[in-house]
Amino acid sequence: MFGAMICVRYFAALRERLGREGDQLEARGELSAQELWRLAVGESWPEQIMVAVNQRLVSPQSCVQDGDEVAFFPPMTGG
Amino acid sequence: MIHTGLRPGRYAACPEVAAFEAALEPGSWGACALFTGAMRGAHAVERMELEHYPGMTERQLQELAEEAVQRYDIQHVLLLHRVGTVLPGETIVLVASWSAHRAAAFQACRYMLETLKTSVTFWKKEYTPAGARWVPPPRSGVAA
Repeated sequence: MFGAMICVRYFAALRERLGREGDQLEARGELSAQELWRLAVGESWPEQIMVAVNQRLVSPQSCVQDGDEVAFFPPMTGG
Repeated sequence: MIHTGLRPGRYAACPEVAAFEAALEPGSWGACALFTGAMRGAHAVERMELEHYPGMTERQLQELAEEAVQRYDIQHVLLLHRVGTVLPGETIVLVASWSAHRAAAFQACRYMLETLKTSVTFWKKEYTPAGARWVPPPRSGVAA
C-alpha cells in the first residue's frame, strides 16, 4: 500500500526562486519541518523563513508526518 | 457579528460598511472605528499582485477577528482584504470594529490591522516599468 506523502508548498518569493509550487515527499520516520526543508530544497535553513503545518504557523522544530501539508514562505507583507 | 473575507476584485469600503451595519442589531453599538488602506501610486509602481494561501488566509482572518472580540470590548467586526491584481488608489484592506465606546473600537481596529500586516498569509509584489520586486517585510516596531 502506498503511504500518504507530505505535501510541501512554497509561496511568494520563495516559490519563484525555487521555480516550483511544491514537492511530494515521504517522511520515513520522525522529521522536523526544518529537516523536511533540507530534504526538499537541499539548502540549510534560511534565517527569514516561516513554516505552516496543515495551514497553522508552527516553529521550525515542529514534527511533520506523512499526510501533512507543510508550507514554507517568506515573512508576510499584507495590509 | 463577525464578517471576514477576501475580495478578488475592486471593492469600495463605504458600501461594505453600510451593508454590514444594516445587518447589526440596532442599538447594539455606540462607536465604530474604521480603517481602510489603499495602494499608493508612489515610486512608479503601476500595479501590485497580492498573493495569499487559499484556505489558510481565510481562516486566519476569521480567527483574528474572533481574537479581537475576545481581547477587546467590541461587539462586531468587519475585516476584508484584497487579493490578486491591485491598481493605485484601490482599497486593499478594510478593518472596522463596533463597540459600546470609542476606546475599545479604536484599540481593536489598530490591533487587527497591525497583526494582519505580519501574521496573516499575504505577500505583495510590486510592478514598475523597470521590473518587479517583492515588498520587504516591515521592520518590527515601525508602523508604516
